[in-house]
Amino acid sequence: MAYGSYVVMHDINAQIKRGSVFVIMGNSGSGKSTLLRHMLGLQRPAQGDVLYDGTSFWGMDEGARGAQLRKYGVLFQSGALWSSMTLEENVALPLIEYTDWSASDRKDIVQLKLALVGLSGFEDYYPAEISGGMRKRAGLARAMALDPEILFFDEPSAGLDPISSSNLDQLILELRDGLGATVVVVTHELASIFTIADDSLFLDADSRTMRAQGNPKELLEHSTDAKLRAFLTRGASSAETAARPKIS
Amino acid sequence: MTGLTGWDSRLVAFINRCVGLCRDRNMNFRSDGLPEGVRRLLRLANAVPENKDARLTATEPGFLARLAEHAIKGWQDAKGLVSFLGENVLAFLNLLRGRAQFRWADAFLVMEQCGPQALGIVALINCLVGLILAFVGAIELQRFGASIYVSDLVGIATVREMACIMTGIILCGRTGAAFAAQLGTMKVNEEISALQTFGISPLEFLVLPRMVALILIMPFLCVFADLISISGGFLVSVSMLDMSPTVYFGRIVHAIQLKSFLLGIGKGTFFGFLVAFAGCLRGMQSGSSAAAVGEATTSAVVTGITAIVASDGVFAVLTNALHI
Repeated sequence: MAYGSYVVMHDINAQIKRGSVFVIMGNSGSGKSTLLRHMLGLQRPAQGDVLYDGTSFWGMDEGARGAQLRKYGVLFQSGALWSSMTLEENVALPLIEYTDWSASDRKDIVQLKLALVGLSGFEDYYPAEISGGMRKRAGLARAMALDPEILFFDEPSAGLDPISSSNLDQLILELRDGLGATVVVVTHELASIFTIADDSLFLDADSRTMRAQGNPKELLEHSTDAKLRAFLTRGASSAETAARPKIS
Repeated sequence: MTGLTGWDSRLVAFINRCVGLCRDRNMNFRSDGLPEGVRRLLRLANAVPENKDARLTATEPGFLARLAEHAIKGWQDAKGLVSFLGENVLAFLNLLRGRAQFRWADAFLVMEQCGPQALGIVALINCLVGLILAFVGAIELQRFGASIYVSDLVGIATVREMACIMTGIILCGRTGAAFAAQLGTMKVNEEISALQTFGISPLEFLVLPRMVALILIMPFLCVFADLISISGGFLVSVSMLDMSPTVYFGRIVHAIQLKSFLLGIGKGTFFGFLVAFAGCLRGMQSGSSAAAVGEATTSAVVTGITAIVASDGVFAVLTNALHI
């Protein structure tokens, strides 16, 4: 993955199983969000490809790519709600564009989705009129509007208090178990990672590539990679104590 | 360290430099006699080794290098412009075929914002321009006893040039900047990425309504500007030159030919397209920070005004050659 001639990441190879929760983790600046953008089709890989059920995404023509994109639901970091529309209009827009349901059906669906995230009654509010946490939840309602097969979350716990963060984790598990959705989460919240992840990918900013893949609990038990252990134990086994002047 | 009553960061900074010197000479540093607070700060300051790659080298590029950078940037700018124009044409063709993700409600909303809500400032500026034209014309023509031709001057200059240029420039500062700021801020908030992930083309959904709205509203604004400007000239003629209204408006009607009027409206519509194009282009090209949105807005207005005046020059040459 590159921006012009600056290579952000190289040699990322991973497989995500349908119906599982896949976590992309790494330190700040390790290219997690860039990887997510590549998976969403917002950016083309400098080398390599993204495959869905074995079919190449970039090999498809535009129409097929559009159809593929409709199977995704994305929650951006701060919700990315369209600021000139109310919450109801935000959630309804994907429905208007891609279904031919009647207005009253759409209204019912929108109310349902907003209720699922605990925002019943806020349909007519504009994004600027609600709190950051509520904007995130509204963004999630919109991501789920078309009942997507794959959900992508970009740092969902950023800015959320511990209770909301835990509720969000439970919601992610519910989406996996109840709806059979595949969920890809970019995060560095350890509590969430250990709660929800079936499989994960660890990206490293220094070597600009992936360092490990697997279930986080198993990685914690079996991995010998120093950086990964430092990340998963919150620095308790730090790799950075060597080669520094001794100040005794 | 004995006799130390109090200390502040200067002590810590001095000791830290000593630590640095020791590190360079590969010596160990002992901080036994220092106060506990100082020792903790020293440990913290030395916890993360210096990132040697992060230091920025301050080199001032030479004149040729800067010239080359400008040239490359200009070339990429031109490529971006042409590519945006092409995408817009394709989106417009989609609209004609009825297959664009375009909402007329959005276009009407923009039309309301740049039409009726702009009437005040359009009226003010054009009235004053008509006034100024008549005033300047009167001063000069009075010397030849030809002050009756002031009405012809105001009529022709307004309808052919001044109304459409002034209205175009007003709209550029008012609406072009607004488009750039709106789209730039949407880019910062990732709203444009959100549209793309839903497979909604930002061009068809955001840019096209704005362009259609401005192109449709400009002819009306130009006619309005024409009328107000002529009225401004009327005020001067009646008060300064004692011209009677019948004479003034009679001469105006006589002097303005249909082709001049239509030319003015046509140019105005084209300027509306330029304003919307510049505003939307810079907005979509905006970077992801507050400063970048400001730059995009400024660039939109500058690009728009330059385009308007440059194309007006081209039109002047063309119409002269074609004797319109």
